[in-house]
Formats: sequence, structure tokens, C-alpha cells
Amino acid sequence: MTLATATARSGRKAPRSGRGDGRRKDGATWFLVLPALIPILILSVGPLLYGIALAFTDAQSGRTRSTQWVGALNFQDLLHDTLFWESFRIGLLWAVGVTVPQFVLALGLALLLNANLRMRWLARALAIIPWAMPEVVVGIMWRLVYNPDAGILNETVRDLGLGDGRDWLTGLATALPAVIVVGIWAGMPQTTVALLAGLQNTPHELHEAAALDGAGAWRRFRTVTWPAVRPVALAISALNFIWNFNSFALVYVLTSGGPGGRTRLPMLFAYEEAFRYGQFGYAAAMGCVMVAVISVLLAVYLVGRLRGGEDA
Amino acid sequence: MSLRTSRTARAGQYAALLCYLVFLAFPFLWLISTAFKPARELGSLHPTWIPEDPTLDNFRQAFDEQPLLRAAANSLTAALCAALIAVVIATPMAYVMARHRGRLSTAATGWVVVSQAFPFVLVIIPLFLVLKHLHLINSLWGLILVYVVWSLPFALWMLAGYVRAVPPELEEAAAVDGAGRVRILVSVTAPLLAPGIVATALFAFITAWNEFFFALVLLKAPEKQTLPVVLTHFLGAEGVADLGPLAAAAFLATLPSLVLFAVIQKRITGGLTAGAVKS
Repeated sequence: MTLATATARSGRKAPRSGRGDGRRKDGATWFLVLPALIPILILSVGPLLYGIALAFTDAQSGRTRSTQWVGALNFQDLLHDTLFWESFRIGLLWAVGVTVPQFVLALGLALLLNANLRMRWLARALAIIPWAMPEVVVGIMWRLVYNPDAGILNETVRDLGLGDGRDWLTGLATALPAVIVVGIWAGMPQTTVALLAGLQNTPHELHEAAALDGAGAWRRFRTVTWPAVRPVALAISALNFIWNFNSFALVYVLTSGGPGGRTRLPMLFAYEEAFRYGQFGYAAAMGCVMVAVISVLLAVYLVGRLRGGEDA
Repeated sequence: MSLRTSRTARAGQYAALLCYLVFLAFPFLWLISTAFKPARELGSLHPTWIPEDPTLDNFRQAFDEQPLLRAAANSLTAALCAALIAVVIATPMAYVMARHRGRLSTAATGWVVVSQAFPFVLVIIPLFLVLKHLHLINSLWGLILVYVVWSLPFALWMLAGYVRAVPPELEEAAAVDGAGRVRILVSVTAPLLAPGIVATALFAFITAWNEFFFALVLLKAPEKQTLPVVLTHFLGAEGVADLGPLAAAAFLATLPSLVLFAVIQKRITGGLTAGAVKS
């Protein structure tokens, strides 16, 4: 059996058929790359740079006067914008609130799916459903679940004798936890599948050897399983955090940021600023701040990962 | 499995798995249940899991209330074009990324990673302005262009994985026989990649079919809007929704991607890490 890394490496180390034809190869390489590179430059890298530039202007939608450079004015305003920082705080709460429990749950599910259980195929099939669903439908679906009168959640609460139930998505205290549960549900497949893939790359013999040596389940997990899935676990958690921090559709459909801004994620805030109030420059500045923060977090993660790699 | 697992541990595992099944399934089952309930039952203060008097009225009403067919046609056009264009331009680039180490493929890999961290808001405003300039606002073509670029990172990543799974020896043999690089790609590698390319295209299709944010911003004209955007119209202004038709329409909108996902599920789940595990 050849493992993933081995295959990848052999591919990488494939002898380059002679150094002599380097120039010709470059020509062919460009030919292969350009069809994708041009759209990327025009519709991704370009707009990104344009967006950063916009953050330093007073660009507004539908204005006749030409756009002016205003320097760091937008950022100064942003610094004093308590609503923005409130949404930032909510964004972080939401991102951590979704990522951490989701990781724990997904790891549990991945371990169960990796064990030889009978219902495994059913669980696998079901675990995929949230992935295939449009986020808008996920939001609508959970609104039906949370519906105060006709929803199944309150009916269950009433059946269990836990009171009359409540209006989950519009209650000040319950709105954020309620959307976080949906976020956890919606992201389960990707996380589970990534972790399961990590688990399946663990050589089975190691488990057996450890078991023969008399290691208990927890010890086997700590010494054999965890080291094997750790790189995947770190990567998927970092990505999940970023995706969650940047998410929009789910919460837009569930609460539109309400009640009273309790679930107004930064993206929702920036969207309103840009496309409801037409403040393009200001919204772009918000985007810059979000990118900056995420970059710092990403850098921390990468450094941590490199260090971890040296340890291993 | 040769590991000895005690009977209680087994029972515990099944119990845990059952909890997961319930958690994962119940919202979806509730959606289906709501979609088939008559208005009378939806108004009841004690909703039941199984509709006592199942009906298709909600589906009929959903089509009456919103232009679902037109929206579905728009979604289909956008997703189909985006998926096709994406794989056609991504495959050669993924090949380069997988096979050649160099500044170009390092930069491409870097972009794939970085693009995952973009807050879309920073990209959407300039994109909106660029597309407006090109008169591509309220145009499906504008949306398709965005979807192509938006699905590229994942497409490149998946495809590069599939390329790595093709033994380079095959290509080297063809090179020794005097075949050129492009020729090798087309006649040796591409056929072996075909299943991976199809899976990637289907995945790009699903992603575009499900996408909401770009469609919301870029398409204001009602006759151009895609299915996810039209679905939100059911929610009404103050979130007062007609639950039955809402559930029916939402259920229908999910079916295509669920079916396609069932088809490629193994490739996605297997292929994520990898196309890499090779026997």
C-alpha cells in the first residue's frame, strides 16, 4: 500500500525530463496556465487590489460627483464605529462558537464512522446532506424547526414538559446560540470527512500493535490516532474558523442580523453598508480590517504548524 | 476488525451514532414533513411529525407565488456554464501545479490558499463596479464569470490531487517516445483524469447552484434571479412566511444538488485526501 504522501512525493520528485528543454517547457507551461490565470487576475486578484484601494476613497453608489481619495479617513471612522466592533465581536463569538464544538462533534462522528459499525453507511449518507444543501435552504429549514408555533423544537420542548417553548431566533438571549447550532450542523460534513480521511491514513497495524501492548482506548487515541489526524485537524479548524467568520447566507436567511444586531456578523454589516446605504469606500475598509485580522490569525496558525512539524 | 471491543463499548458506539443520526436527520425530515402538510395542520399549535392529511397543495402554491421555474432555469444555466468553463480552464493549470515545481505553481498554490480567506465583501464591491462597467450587472454572464473564478480554487485543488494520482512514469514513457507536453496531457493524462474531471465539474455545478451572496448582489432584475435568491422572497418582508409553500420550494431546490452529490459522494469523500491514496 502506498500512502498519500508517498504518492505525492513521488510525483513531485519525478525527474524533469532533461534540463535542456527548459525554455520550450516554459512556453508550454504558460500555454497551459493562461486560460485560468487571466480570469483569476481580472476577477480575483484585480478586484482584491481595487477593493483595498477603494477603502481609501469616499466611493459611494449612484453618486454623480467623482470619487476622492480620503486617505485613512474611513479607517479612523471605523475605529470609532462601535456598531462595527460589536459586529466584529459577534463574528468572533460565532466563529469560535461554531468551530470548536463542531470539531469535537465531527471528530466523534469520524471515529464512529471509522469503526466497523452497522449503521455506518446510513450515517455517512446523512452526514453528507448538509453539504449538498444550499445554505439558503439550510436557513429556511431551521427557521421551520425554530418556528415558535409550528416548529418541531418547541413542540418537543412542550412534550418533554420543559415549558411553553420560546421564539428562538428573535429572543435576544437565544438568537446567537440558535444560529450557532445551525452553523455547527451545516459544517459537519466537511469537517467530518476531512477528519475521517486523516483517520484512514493511519496504518491499522499501529492500532493493533498498541492494543497488543495493552494500551487502552484513550491511550491508543492519544498516541496513535491523534498524531495522525493532527495536521488535518489543524488545517480544517483554521479553515472553518475563517469560513465561519466570513459567512453570510446562513445568518442572513435565519435572522438578517437581528434581533437588535445580536447576530449581525461583520459580513452582514458590511453588506448593508455597501448595498443598502451605498457606502462602498467605508464597506471596503471593513473588508480590509477583516482581511488583516484573518491574516494575523492565519499567520499564527502557519507558524504554529511549522513549529509542530519540526517537533514531529 | 481484529481489535477486541467490549460489548458495552460497542453498545455505547451505537448509541452515540444514533444520536448523530437524529441530529443530522431531524431538520431535513421536518422540512419534508412541513412541505406535505395542508394549511390546517400548519396552523395547529401541536404540530406532528407525520402529516395526517398529506397534500401537494404547497407545491402548487409555491409555483403560483414565485417564478420558480424561471429561477431554476437561471440557476441551471449559471451552474452548468460555470462548471464547464471552470474545469476546462482549471485542468491544464492543475496539471502544471501538480507536476512542476516553480514560481508559477507556488504562486498558484498560494492563491488557492489565500483565496479561501477572502472576505467576499472586499471582492464583491470592486467586482460589482467592474461588472457594472462591463454592463454585466443583471446579467447571468456576469454571474457565470464570478462563479468560474470562485470555484477555481477548489477545482484546482481537487484536480491537482487527481493528477498526482496518475503515475508520472506513464508520462515519462510517452515523452521518451517523443510526444510533446501538450500531446502527453491530452492523450495520456486526460483520459486517466476523466472521472476526476467529471467529479470536479459536478462539484462546481453544485456550488454554483447553491450560491447565494453573489447572486443576491449582482442580480437585481427579478427575471434574472437564481433559485436561492427567489427562495428568500418566500420569507416576506418581516419574516412572516407562508410555511407550506416555503418548505415545498426549499425542498425542491435541494433535490438536484442532493442527487448529484449522491452520485459523486464517494469521489468527494475519497478524493479529498485523496485522489492520493493509491494501492
